[in-house]
Amino acid sequence: MIIAERKPMNEITGFIEGKAKILVVGCRGCVTVCNAGGAKEVEILASLLRLGAEKEGRGLHADELTLERQCDPEYVEELSQLMDGRYGAVLSMACPIGPQYLARRYPEARVFPALNTSFLGGALAHGVWSEFCQACGDCVIHLFGGFCPISRCAKSLLNGPCGGSEGGKCEVSKETDCVWQLIVDKITADGTLDAFMAMDLVKDWRTSRDGGPRRIVRQELLR
Amino acid sequence: MKGDFKSGGRLERVLRAGAFAVTGELGPPRHADPEDVRKKAGYLLGNVDSANITDNQTAVVRMSSMAASLIAQGEGLEANMQMVCRDRNRIAMQSDILGAAALGVNNLLILSGDHQSFGDHPEAKNVYDLDSINLIRALRDMRDKGVLMNGRELPEGGRPRLFIGAAYNPFADPEAFRALRAKKKVDAGADFLQSQCIYDMGRYKRFMARAVDLGLTERAFFMAGVTPLKSMGMAKYMRDKVPGIIIPDALIERLKGVPKDRQAEEGVRIACEQIEELKAMEGVSGVHLMLVEWEHMIPAIVRQAGLLPRPVP
Repeated sequence: MIIAERKPMNEITGFIEGKAKILVVGCRGCVTVCNAGGAKEVEILASLLRLGAEKEGRGLHADELTLERQCDPEYVEELSQLMDGRYGAVLSMACPIGPQYLARRYPEARVFPALNTSFLGGALAHGVWSEFCQACGDCVIHLFGGFCPISRCAKSLLNGPCGGSEGGKCEVSKETDCVWQLIVDKITADGTLDAFMAMDLVKDWRTSRDGGPRRIVRQELLR
Repeated sequence: MKGDFKSGGRLERVLRAGAFAVTGELGPPRHADPEDVRKKAGYLLGNVDSANITDNQTAVVRMSSMAASLIAQGEGLEANMQMVCRDRNRIAMQSDILGAAALGVNNLLILSGDHQSFGDHPEAKNVYDLDSINLIRALRDMRDKGVLMNGRELPEGGRPRLFIGAAYNPFADPEAFRALRAKKKVDAGADFLQSQCIYDMGRYKRFMARAVDLGLTERAFFMAGVTPLKSMGMAKYMRDKVPGIIIPDALIERLKGVPKDRQAEEGVRIACEQIEELKAMEGVSGVHLMLVEWEHMIPAIVRQAGLLPRPVP
């Protein structure tokens, strides 16, 4: 799923500077699961903003609303009654796909992203998330013992660990596992090392962002 | 490793003649004044068979390796132009390969490159369109099959005649895989390989024994990387801060036992002892002396290590 993180408070307060009335919109999709932009986080952000305004001796009216998904026109439509110009700013707490949907549907509104998309990944433990995919559009993990060297190696190497792999950690950060240590351990144990040695993979990046913005059309689903 | 010369350059001829080769390293300046390159080339000329011209090493912006290679070659020093996969995609790298060959570069050493987070532009986007092994194979195919990566043919006289270099690091992990990674490079087309700085001789010996077992040293020339320790401070810094470097405690202790102003001398003595050991080691075809920002010490070290005169191949 998409792992997102709230932007720094000073950036968010900058978005709403001088606004008396704002709407904070959450999303029940990925960002709820990763505790970044669900109903709970909407409530927290709105409260923080109200408190901040109060401290500065001014009032702030912050409404809260959480949609099923912001990346779906059907749910974005639920805001239509509210988008009559009453809000000086709309803070979207979806991943930044959400605010793009809001801005497109409600061109008069001033929509701001309250979250950054951090990466595509999953939880390692409660409160810890890690990157697992780079959306290159042509998955090859089966060639690497089930691990993704594209997203999980700092250099996206395809032929083994660089000279900076030390004690199972990446030279770029001691917090990060060297995915090549994991791959080598796995392919050595499962007997696929020979196949790996014979492999000569050159990535075709056309399916990745390098081919330009991507789009999928499924004819059977078109009405 | 007989047959026609790949490049016909000095380094290749020395190695193929079976002489113990010596390469050095020249770090281009962080500015545009060519005098700096000429001055460093002066220290290396006649003392090494070829000098690696680094490509924005440690991800710090420097004069381009191709430009500095050309300046060095103008001084009579054979360049071993380095190319890293960090900053350029396959279009730019193949283009630079053609350009380097056209300008008379004989040796091209391919590396993944230090991650930009260690350098002076950590904000930069990295490329890694290809990794070093992809690029080694691409260069080999350009040279030997006369095709670009997309299959487009190069005319007979337009193939890049380059002697292909690669790096190997016996000191990174996982140790058991390091020789296999070198094998991947040899399989892809590396003609010669230079190692990371060696301080842990025991581990290096284990690596070379495995490389010999795998038959790699019959297919490519393995050169051993040597960097004299200038001081105990440098030794500790490299041990603690530089990824992929192992410095045994015994070496630190040996430097510690020497007054500070004599530690550089002791470091050079240690390096010369290492070179003696490496000369006798099975599968080792030469040494690669990395004295970045200490290039002026090259003449003294090669003399002290008994590596002079360099053969005229």
